[in-house]
Amino acid sequence: MSDHHPTGITRWLYTTNHKDIGSMYLWFSFIMFLIGGAMAMVIRAELYQPGLQFVQPEFFNQMTTMHGLIMVFGAVMPSMVGLANWLIPMMIGAPDMALPRMNNWSFWILPFAFTLLLSSFLMEGGAPNFGWTFYAPLSTTYGPPSTDFFILGVHMMGISSIMGAINVIVTVFNMRAPGMTLMKMPLFVWTWLITAFLLIMVMPVLAGTVTMMLTDRHFGTSFFDAAGGGDPVMFQHIFWFFGHPEVYIMILPAFGVVSEIIPAFSRKKLFGYSSMVYATASIALLSFIVWAHHMFAVGMPVAGELFFMIATMLIAVPTGVKVFNWVATMWQGSLTFETPMLFSIAFVILFTIGGFSGVMLAMAPVDFQYHDTYFVVAHFHYVLFPGAIFGTTAAVYYWLPKWTGKMYNETSGKIHFWLSMIFVNLTFFPMHFSGLAGMPRRIPDYNMMFADFNMWASIGAFGLGLTQVYFLVTIIMAIRGGKKADEKQWDGATGLEWDALPSPAPYHTFSTPPKVD
Amino acid sequence: MSTETEEKYESYYVPEQSPWPIVGAVALFFIAYGGANFIQQSTDTVDTGDASWGGLVFMAALAVMIYMVFRWWGDVIKESMDGLYSAQMDRSFKQGMLWFISSEVMFFAAFFGALLYVRQFVIPWLGGEGNNMMTHAIIWPEFAPQWPLTTTPDGTTTTGMGAWGLPAINTAILLTSSWTLTIAHHALKANNRQALLNYTSLTALLGIIFLALQVMEYHHAYTEMGLTLGSGIYGSTFFMLTGFHGFHVTLGTIFLIVLSIRCAKGHFTEKHHFAYEAGAWYWHFVDVVWLFLFIFVYLM
Ligand code: HEM
Ligand SMILES: [Cu+2]
Repeated sequence: MSDHHPTGITRWLYTTNHKDIGSMYLWFSFIMFLIGGAMAMVIRAELYQPGLQFVQPEFFNQMTTMHGLIMVFGAVMPSMVGLANWLIPMMIGAPDMALPRMNNWSFWILPFAFTLLLSSFLMEGGAPNFGWTFYAPLSTTYGPPSTDFFILGVHMMGISSIMGAINVIVTVFNMRAPGMTLMKMPLFVWTWLITAFLLIMVMPVLAGTVTMMLTDRHFGTSFFDAAGGGDPVMFQHIFWFFGHPEVYIMILPAFGVVSEIIPAFSRKKLFGYSSMVYATASIALLSFIVWAHHMFAVGMPVAGELFFMIATMLIAVPTGVKVFNWVATMWQGSLTFETPMLFSIAFVILFTIGGFSGVMLAMAPVDFQYHDTYFVVAHFHYVLFPGAIFGTTAAVYYWLPKWTGKMYNETSGKIHFWLSMIFVNLTFFPMHFSGLAGMPRRIPDYNMMFADFNMWASIGAFGLGLTQVYFLVTIIMAIRGGKKADEKQWDGATGLEWDALPSPAPYHTFSTPPKVD
Repeated sequence: MSTETEEKYESYYVPEQSPWPIVGAVALFFIAYGGANFIQQSTDTVDTGDASWGGLVFMAALAVMIYMVFRWWGDVIKESMDGLYSAQMDRSFKQGMLWFISSEVMFFAAFFGALLYVRQFVIPWLGGEGNNMMTHAIIWPEFAPQWPLTTTPDGTTTTGMGAWGLPAINTAILLTSSWTLTIAHHALKANNRQALLNYTSLTALLGIIFLALQVMEYHHAYTEMGLTLGSGIYGSTFFMLTGFHGFHVTLGTIFLIVLSIRCAKGHFTEKHHFAYEAGAWYWHFVDVVWLFLFIFVYLM
């Protein structure tokens, strides 16, 4: 097995190698994470005190919108695709992704799509300012000129995601080593398979939504205009038909990650493997019939409110199964607490808090009170930051030795963990209270009564932001000068990538498939 | 370990580096950039000053994109002809194509969803159904719910497109084309070259006739029926659905023409003809979408 690889810039531009492409995805998502994070810092600086301090309300709206868009489409989604690229072929014993050139295209579309999106800051009228949900008519009749560039940028991201998803599905269905039956696949592969299915089902619907926006804006159609027989509420239905599965697209791969890590550091098999698979599949299927829980307050027939309320609460069942299984895996295991495990345990606890606030929001009558308040912001940050982001972070610490052949400094990792843990709660926990007390989201100024909560949240946010820079330093130090990693760095780890490959994994792996019993 | 599996598995072809994807990414960027600018200029809905580069950038980038597709797929065809592709590779392509078509189905589903939602909910609600009596009474008391919506709440009027003229003929044409394509496919499997070429080209020709008739239909709608994109939700859904379908027929027809040329060159064998199968699947998909269109847009 030769480890020869091309060099220079064309190595990255022309590459068809899943490991190169995986690395590019991961670095790209981290850069986006820092850009989106910088916008969060602007938001929190403005909200440190009541009154207008630093930015104008118009610019504040652009900050919240772009922060949300960049974090969702630029940071979280690509980070998961990066993990998929690195890990899936190694985990199932495949030589590469099934369609390597298309894989390259999926990646390289993204930097251009985000250049397009970010360039809107320089345009007249500024960047999109209607929130990451771009509801009509804010985005149609009242959207700034840059909205059209946003629309085409979303099209590009969609093309990239769909091609990436097709690649994952085909790889999993067609490239498994002999003996690697579906029910032997690592759970990370399962969760990504299901995620890819969701992507193929909903990204085209997003494309349809923005296309209707475009024609409403410029070609006189009336999809979202009641005067012509359309309906702005219809926008919300179509958007959330994409939007709700989208949140599972962001979180399912992270479920997969912690389902690999917790068994490794508990030195036990994952509790209830098959129930994990079925739970993931049920969550995915249910996610298609709950979208209007985002619209309780906008108005629906009572039957609709009830249906979406009950369907949403049903999702708590398979999710509960998963949380139970993670905890049961740890039960009576011989636990150790290296950095990936710490992030995974925090994931289980904090994601569950986010799940609980989700169940509260799912109750239609009380959502009338919570809707569009900081309670919602608290909820989705609990599932996104300590959920999706902690999941990716845990994965980076866990597989870094395999990817680079170098170990990170465990003390640094633990410091990163504890600072993140403290600051993430300091930032987002107070938002529950300001939200319950009625503070609206997407607002640059607020009533005096919310001042204390906001000050705490802002202090936490600055700390949380700096901590992520520390993460970058830790990783760079590890890559530059970390101790050499063992082939099987974690004694409890299982899977082909640990059992059949050296560290670092060679440029080309499994040119002939390994035999799996 | 390796010898045993090597016997069962031919090696999977992982292509060397390729410049085409990044060219495609750059082209896509300028298509989007130029396209957005061009739309703003040409519809006069946004003041873009004197700038008039959008259309040019768009066209140039589109040309690069088409060139890129030619070169990339040219590479693929060459590799395939050189026998680099195993049966497993073939399965990757096939599955990839099927999932791509699934994503296309969902793209159309968004517009069908809009159509059904409008007819089922929006129009009756605008007419005061449910708890919407006051909307009706106060904002648009004149509005009468109906489909096709020939008078919108703000008073724009139009006419509905009947099903039994051109649309019915077009349905017959597409159904026939599905049939001719199936004959061609069977001919391919029976290694009957001449029938393969004839029926594939005939299918492409039917596609062109379909498109020509659709152009006539649009012309009629715009000039004589007052049915345009701007004539309320009926025109919006009508043109969006039939328009995107027509766009897909165009792509499918180009696909079929390329396949005809490749048939003439003898590229396909009874066993090895992924591209042909992909083209056929795509055509059948376009066909099925049309049947739904005929029912939900024209008939009902
Ligand atoms: C240091 C970390 C972060 C901080 C301090 C932060 C802060 C905030 C704040 C204060 C808002 C509400 C703005 C408003 O409504 O006025 C917000 C919105 C949002 N954030 Fe974050 N955030 C962080 C990380 C993330 C991450 C990692 C994600 C996604 C994975 C994310 C996704 C979103 C989304 C989707 C919105 C909604 C945007 C909208 O209202 O349209 N955030 N963030
Ligand atoms: Cu939801």
